[in-house]
Amino acid sequence: MQKFYGRAQSVRAIALTAVLVGGTMPVTVHAQSNDFTTSSKLLLTGGITNIEGSAGGGLTPWAVIGGYGTRDQIGANAFVTNVRSKDYELRTSGALIGIYDRAELSFAQQKFDTRQVGGLLGLGNGYKFTQKVYGAKVKVAGDAVLEQDSWLPQIAVGFQRKENDRGDLLHALGIKNDKGTDYYVSATKLFLAQSVLLNGTVRFTKANQTGILGFGTNARDKYDAVFEGSAAWLLRKDLAIGAEFRQKPDHLPFKEDNWYDIFIAWAPTKNVSVTLAYADLGNIVIKDKQKGTYLSLQVGF
Amino acid sequence: MRHKLGFIFTALGIVFGGAMLTSSVHAQEGAKLGDDAGIYKEFGEKAGLVQIMDDFMANLLKDPRTKASFENADKTRIKEQLVDQFCYILNGPCEYKGAKMKPIHANLGINRENFNALVEQLQFAMDKNNVPFRAQNKLLAVLAPMHRDIITR
Repeated sequence: MQKFYGRAQSVRAIALTAVLVGGTMPVTVHAQSNDFTTSSKLLLTGGITNIEGSAGGGLTPWAVIGGYGTRDQIGANAFVTNVRSKDYELRTSGALIGIYDRAELSFAQQKFDTRQVGGLLGLGNGYKFTQKVYGAKVKVAGDAVLEQDSWLPQIAVGFQRKENDRGDLLHALGIKNDKGTDYYVSATKLFLAQSVLLNGTVRFTKANQTGILGFGTNARDKYDAVFEGSAAWLLRKDLAIGAEFRQKPDHLPFKEDNWYDIFIAWAPTKNVSVTLAYADLGNIVIKDKQKGTYLSLQVGF
Repeated sequence: MRHKLGFIFTALGIVFGGAMLTSSVHAQEGAKLGDDAGIYKEFGEKAGLVQIMDDFMANLLKDPRTKASFENADKTRIKEQLVDQFCYILNGPCEYKGAKMKPIHANLGINRENFNALVEQLQFAMDKNNVPFRAQNKLLAVLAPMHRDIITR
């Protein structure tokens, strides 16, 4: 508990740093502007929202700051995402704020519905896990879009603080914690001449099934470093297709698989984007081959 | 753990190393897209560029985010210089003899919003003149690094 408290403190310190870093420089710039304008980033360059509420792809955070605010502006997004596999459903909603294209604060609530599997496990049909995710991200180097004569990607660091509401069940299953924090480093680069965007993320995590099944086990309570990747091909300025990969730890008695998806994202205006994906989530607890659809709607500025 | 980290850095190396090899654009006043023979045609050659610049300038004067930078400028001369500059970048039979990017933008007070708005208006003008999206992006990739000389606040 002591250790846990210490980490929560450091998380708060990072969040505060994020706000301060984002907040210091642009004050003078603002003073020069007569009218407050928004949404000056180029279309789709703020990404969509990942299942944990951070700007990125669907499965993984990117180094981009969410929303359409440039370094003189504030941007914000709200989103709903539904992932439905053969036997499960994950409903997520949340919002983020992008501060001067430097820092991002986000919140998401995930509801994982076990549907009939809950009954098979003796928990009751439709048994749900609810997880809250508090995220923060700071851009530390580069510019994914404009630095087209440099190979240096945009780089950001961030965390996702996760709190699961099913602690009693998780502890009974031999899982160490119902709360945990993922830390990540993301590198994102738009290769404009090729109309291709690439992202690589390294995540340090103890989460089982992204935290839906808690964090660590009684036998092993250590961080894993896992890789996540996204590749997107821009077809039009408002349309992109691509694929994603998310490596996952695998420490539970029931096997946990890496995740994959292929997606199409469409932004008819700067205020709306819709993403449809086909995802392969592998084995989840007692049900294998969990493939299904991912549908996400994002609104913002 | 060591094994996993090794995998991660190998994967990152592949992603960004591979991308590095395919991207070799170096731009100051605009490098030629020397490896692309057909792109000048995709922009409709000289006549196409003249039409694109007419539409582009009209867009810039309508957009409140860019209007102030252009309304009191010599629009005819700017359009001519842009046609030459783009024609040169696109491997057309032109030379760019215009001003250096940095000094002519030094006192304009252009911010990231103004710059991105200009890119958007150029995209609209290229769309209107049926320039293929991938050809547009090749040109924008050469122009984008000029933000360092153009954005001053």
